[in-house]
Amino acid sequence: MTMAANARMNTLYAARLLRERLFLGLSMAATAIGLGCLAVILATLLIEGIGGLSPRVFTETTPPPGADGGLLNAIAGSLVMTLMGVAFGTPLGILAGTYMAEYGRYTRLTSVVRFVNDILLSAPSIVVGLFVYEIYVAQVGHFSAWAGGVALGIIVVPVVVRTTEDMLLLVPDPLREAATALGAPRWHMVSRVAYRAAKAGIITGILLAVARISGETAPLLFTALNNQFWSSNLNAPMASLPVTIFQFAMSPYEDWRRLAWTGALLITAAVLALSIAARALNTKRGT
Amino acid sequence: MTAAAVAATNQPIKVDIRNLDFFYGDNQALKSVSLPLYLNCVTAFIGPSGCGKSTLLRVLNRMYEMYPNQRAQGEIFVDGENILDAKQDLNLLRAKLGMVFQKPTPFPMTIYDNIAFGIRMYERLSKAELDERVETALRNAALWGEVKDKLGASGLSLSGGQQQRLCIARTVAIKPEVILLDEPCSALDPISTARIEELIEDLKKDYTIVIVTHNMQQAARISDYTAFMLLGDLVEFGETAMMTTKPKQQKTEDYITGRFG
Repeated sequence: MTMAANARMNTLYAARLLRERLFLGLSMAATAIGLGCLAVILATLLIEGIGGLSPRVFTETTPPPGADGGLLNAIAGSLVMTLMGVAFGTPLGILAGTYMAEYGRYTRLTSVVRFVNDILLSAPSIVVGLFVYEIYVAQVGHFSAWAGGVALGIIVVPVVVRTTEDMLLLVPDPLREAATALGAPRWHMVSRVAYRAAKAGIITGILLAVARISGETAPLLFTALNNQFWSSNLNAPMASLPVTIFQFAMSPYEDWRRLAWTGALLITAAVLALSIAARALNTKRGT
Repeated sequence: MTAAAVAATNQPIKVDIRNLDFFYGDNQALKSVSLPLYLNCVTAFIGPSGCGKSTLLRVLNRMYEMYPNQRAQGEIFVDGENILDAKQDLNLLRAKLGMVFQKPTPFPMTIYDNIAFGIRMYERLSKAELDERVETALRNAALWGEVKDKLGASGLSLSGGQQQRLCIARTVAIKPEVILLDEPCSALDPISTARIEELIEDLKKDYTIVIVTHNMQQAARISDYTAFMLLGDLVEFGETAMMTTKPKQQKTEDYITGRFG
């Protein structure tokens, strides 16, 4: 056996072996760079942010420079506007995705919508912010939480459309036929059988959309702006974590910058938790 | 040939297929097929892959309408009404002609809900009545003994053979008049196959049954009538006993004796 193996050990095979090692090395280097960056970001966030983490962060509103304070209004604002974005974007996205996968699968409209949706999916979020500024904020004359929620909703839609369509397309056609063969009208088949089969995937898509918008800054700058104080008025400017981080991190005040780091740590932890939850759901679906 | 078959049976015709053409786009899959399906009899559609036997089955409950570019021409009378008529309500038609598929297709829900799914669509029943219907359906499909203690378990947790009987139970639960079986045993082991065949034998007391199979022995075991198809043509139709012993057409004999297909 070693004889045969040695006989094949010619220059051609040696060159192949060298190339094999080269590409393995390159792939591993690329992975290391990616993971390394992530590790450095997480480590920096932890080192800089954990010092500022105290109960005060969750109980007090953003302070003027030099005073004590927390991020309560920013955290609450982020939660409210993220919730609004999901509430606006999810029904629209699920219904559009359902049309594309279940009703108009073979139509031209669906291919057009899919194409446009993919463009929307990769549209810079600042464009969405400007769009809502132009058609809503500029018309009513003031920034508001509503406008922020709408802008986030517009970002949610294409993510949810895409995952809903993809997950419904993974549902095998024989399952649809089986429900239809029992005399189920299409909506009954979709709502009772197809949605159920695709549930975990669709929820994963929504979670990923939440993760995406909870860190968005640009669409909020033009819409909800920011608020130094506690506000529960949806028709007034509202604070959010990303915009507060943006403002505080750029400031010359040491205590503001520390709060910015803490806020960044909170967002990252939340997004990480959402991604892990989405992943866990997806794994469960696979079994 | 049809006339001879009619003479041999006292059964009335339940479904009468006349001059049926079927097209996938420009591709003609059925060529002027005419045959009767007799009440409370088992009719087997046999033939090599691609001969059109599954297509014919899917025309009977107009399943093909779920997909674009598929169309049927001709007439199919069920109890005297042409079901290819544009005015035919598709959902009611499908509730009347139940279908069981090649691979088991349990819904992602409990065993109980799998059966109740179809019943709830068309009937408002009390919990007790529904329980009874579910039990009867599972008994009819010879599955009750195996699942009666775990009706709340997922339908997906059953074995392949049990899943297929669950699908049959689900179909009979809504009280169809005709049951269309599309190679129901092709994904099952011999023991499960034998159980399904016994079940079909039982069910024909109450239902008119059509089974697509490419297993000649299976057709001989369970069917009263056999239709042999080839490349979209109905080559021969008649009583199974006659077809398997003395087929009239050379092509049928070739197929049955295994010379091709």
